Amino acid sequence: MEQQAQLKDGRVALVNYGKDYGKLVVIVDVLDQNRALINAPDMVRSQMNFKRLSLIDIKIDINRVPRKKSLIEAMEKADVKNKWENSSWGKKLIVQKRRAALNDFDRFKLMLAKIKKGGLIRQELAKLKKENAA
Amino acid sequence: MAPKAATGRTSRNPDLIRGVGKFSRSKMYHKRGLWAIKAKNGGVFPKHDPKPAAAETPAKPPKFYPADDVKKPLANKRKHKPTKLRASITPGTVLILLAGRFMGKRVVFLKQLTSGLLLVTGPFKVNGVPLRRVNQSYVIATSTKVDISGVDLGKFDDQYFEKEAEKKKKKGEGEFFEAEKEEKKVLPDDKKDDQKTVDAQLIKSIEAVLDLKTYLSARFYSEPQFFISKFCFME
Repeated sequence: MEQQAQLKDGRVALVNYGKDYGKLVVIVDVLDQNRALINAPDMVRSQMNFKRLSLIDIKIDINRVPRKKSLIEAMEKADVKNKWENSSWGKKLIVQKRRAALNDFDRFKLMLAKIKKGGLIRQELAKLKKENAA
Repeated sequence: MAPKAATGRTSRNPDLIRGVGKFSRSKMYHKRGLWAIKAKNGGVFPKHDPKPAAAETPAKPPKFYPADDVKKPLANKRKHKPTKLRASITPGTVLILLAGRFMGKRVVFLKQLTSGLLLVTGPFKVNGVPLRRVNQSYVIATSTKVDISGVDLGKFDDQYFEKEAEKKKKKGEGEFFEAEKEEKKVLPDDKKDDQKTVDAQLIKSIEAVLDLKTYLSARFYSEPQFFISKFCFME
């Protein structure tokens, strides 16, 4: 069984609710049973309820509540951004964002591409059916 | 009274407080040089004879006096402000028509007319929408743009689209029966040529972009499974 992402200082999490939805943050301290102190390069250090966070499988090496500068250094060292963007979860989110931002023309082109793809698949399938029948 | 100050000239008598000038009457007399004007005219202020009034044509007495006093409606000098064009709509923008005969069609915006309506065209060959006026409120602007720099739109204005004034038919019995066979309204040839010249340039720009022609010939439609409120029309 896969080990779940452990809740510790240095755990990277995704905000899944609220104003900072979709941001990657680092848990720098645990305040009590429900809340964590979080920090991110583009945020002010603040508290957030665990219910608003989805833990990610990435960890960085920091002490409890590091300064912003050392936090950013640690994130660079652990290469959080690239690891996230190459993970399957991260890739899915990127695709979701791209789909949401599609223009009307883009949606039309997408529809044409889907039709074309479906057509090719059906062609191949028809070929295989013919071969099998023969 | 004294002649008015020339246009652009401010008062020579600055206000201390509203209604109270800095200089007295005698000081102002000096400042305005009225003494010099009088001296030029021999000690007297120059008089100008009133211009001879134009000869009044004898007014005809009205045929009809109303029994009661008729109130004159108050004069309304209000002027409409020119219709503001949405920032997302610029010449060459592809618009989606939302109402009317061409509902759902994607058309190219050409320019805004003085009445505030938008001049659009299909182009006609692509989707059957002719040069047409459309209200801004019944349109979704997309962020797709077509290059219309080569198109001359000088001759298109609201008058171009006015209905031709029908000649008044005198009422007569014979006319009633003849009026049954209505003439079919045919679009005059010069309007067809206008459409062709405008579209020729547009179609070149459209064919330069991949899939744009098919896009414009298709209609926009919505189904319940589309979350159209989440659709993004501008990037």
